[in-house]
Amino acid sequence: MKQETRIDRRFRALKAEGRAALVTFVTAGDPDLETSRQILFGLPGAGADIIELGMPFSDPMADGPAIQASSLRALQAGHDMHKTLAMVAEFRQRDTDTPIVLMGYYNPIYVYPGKKFLDDAVKAGVDGLIVVDLPPEADDELCLPAMERGLNFIRLATPTTDAKRLPAVLSNTSGFVYYVSITGITGSAAPDVNSVQKQVARIRQSTKLPVAVGFGVRTATQAREIAAGADGVVVGSALVTAIKDSLGPKGDATGKTVSGVLDLVKSLAVALRS
Amino acid sequence: MATTSQKTAESKINSYRTGPDEKGFFGLFGGRFVAETLMPLILDLEQAYQDANADPEFHAALSYLHTHYSGRPSPLYLAERMTEALGGAKIYFKRDELNHTGSHKINNCLGQILLARRMGKTRIIAETGAGQHGVAVATVCAKFDMPCEIYMGATDIERQAPNVARMKLLGASLNPVTSGAGTLKDAMNEALRDWVTNVHDTYYIIGTAAGPHPYPMLVRDFQSIIGREVREQIMAAEGRLPDALVACIGGGSNAIGLFHPFLDDKDVAIYGVEAAGHGLDVENGHAASMNGGTPGVLHGNRTYLLQNGDGQILEGHSISAGLDYPGVGPEHSWLKDIGRVTYVSATDKDALDALQFCTKMEGIIPALEPAHALSYVRKLAPKMARDQIIVMNLCGRGDKDLFTVAKALGMKI
Repeated sequence: MKQETRIDRRFRALKAEGRAALVTFVTAGDPDLETSRQILFGLPGAGADIIELGMPFSDPMADGPAIQASSLRALQAGHDMHKTLAMVAEFRQRDTDTPIVLMGYYNPIYVYPGKKFLDDAVKAGVDGLIVVDLPPEADDELCLPAMERGLNFIRLATPTTDAKRLPAVLSNTSGFVYYVSITGITGSAAPDVNSVQKQVARIRQSTKLPVAVGFGVRTATQAREIAAGADGVVVGSALVTAIKDSLGPKGDATGKTVSGVLDLVKSLAVALRS
Repeated sequence: MATTSQKTAESKINSYRTGPDEKGFFGLFGGRFVAETLMPLILDLEQAYQDANADPEFHAALSYLHTHYSGRPSPLYLAERMTEALGGAKIYFKRDELNHTGSHKINNCLGQILLARRMGKTRIIAETGAGQHGVAVATVCAKFDMPCEIYMGATDIERQAPNVARMKLLGASLNPVTSGAGTLKDAMNEALRDWVTNVHDTYYIIGTAAGPHPYPMLVRDFQSIIGREVREQIMAAEGRLPDALVACIGGGSNAIGLFHPFLDDKDVAIYGVEAAGHGLDVENGHAASMNGGTPGVLHGNRTYLLQNGDGQILEGHSISAGLDYPGVGPEHSWLKDIGRVTYVSATDKDALDALQFCTKMEGIIPALEPAHALSYVRKLAPKMARDQIIVMNLCGRGDKDLFTVAKALGMKI
């Protein structure tokens, strides 16, 4: 991609600052539209450098129980793709700098349908896409049309991505590379910091793109350790768990829901700046 | 009825048996829509399957197990009283319910466990709906001494108690899945999560002709023994090919196994019977993904799915746990779109009626799954001439469904 995107600019600025990006994941519409809007709008102020916004899906096959439950909460509250895009559009009117990456599964995009989704995403101010079940073999489905529209298509590299596989994963990837630190689902056991650093170093030999690390990063200490060897740290399951823990007995948002998530983001942001 | 455009598409095709293409597609359907963690493994599996397919020893080992372990070939049986009662075409049952473990599922499991062993995998996982596939997987794992984890929806565990007991006896560890409605789709999600986590030593035996490439192809190939045997048996019995084939469709593995060897025989009409549950017009009340769904992407492949306008997958419903799945194998989706196979449906009630009809007419208690196929045979046979022939795949026996059937019929047992 020739033109510099919002994601490129953000990583360039952070590099100048000499620190890693805090990439935060929350599911759009969790636990309800209004609360989710407030969380989204509060994230940059709390210290999120890049926002990953989950597109809820009924069958999130690569996600652990925490993100599965967050997706379900959003869907039960009546969320859908149009509302996700409307949230982004509203966010973009308030904030023109913080990149938003939509993350999820292919089916809700496919039935939107795909090309219209891309047009609407660009219009709303989306910067990048992570579609878990679209490997490079399926680039003509969405990745190439997304690139044509100036969207970054961010690919996951995993511990099973060996030297033979890595070039395929990196081709057509832009914005950043998301290194999945474990073989497993989101929110699993904490990754081993040493092995993560080795893997990130390996990926960096093959690309100039920033590398962000996620899956299993929960605490400020872990985030700081991982950040020392990477360009970004993704925290997701811990944030949606904070949402869950703040809910009332009937599963509805309370006065602590928004502040609970944003306080956790603040503590992670402080850790990455120290 | 094939539309004009479908007929045009049909006339351009030289063979219906060459798919999938190198990327795993049958036309629009199929493919490899999986997380990156699984991609290297799926590519390995494809290679391993190609190697196995080219190895006569692999085929010899599989053939030995078919003959001596599962009891193939299964008989092709002329259902005389039913034929007489319906007053039309001769009705033959392919008796795959007589296989070891009671259904066609063992055909696929024997093939895949041999493949897993060739690949050096040491742990087996599987999903199951009715429990027929779970039992078949647990069986081959016992035979080959491999640890076995079965994912099964909590709802299904409740309605398929006999199969649950069998799996436990066979030494499998059973993982109840409570996410979603606790049925087959949720079990498949959970099995995929296990696989992503334990990808280094684990082989996933998918039970139906769905999932990412190469599964739809390899499950079809392992099940095609059904149709190959039927060709030989019907030639021996009647000296000609049948006029119609009928099989039930959940994911569609028994059906594609029967259909595939006949796809290029243009004079053989082929019917797949989906589960219409409470009725096709009842929202989320059926499991007929082709007659009542739209194309989408789930569990690694593009196919017809039961889904809402936002692409969220519906749970669907069928009295038959084995058909209670919101998708279907991608090759069926393709065969539907090009018009080679006619897909119809039968309701819960149709299936229950057909089950009783068959039991009383022939002394065979079919499973609820093939009872859907039977229900269509009851409609089709009277419309055909007496010198015509129908072959229906009786792909499972009804023992596992006794509780469900008794409950639905208000019997006390």
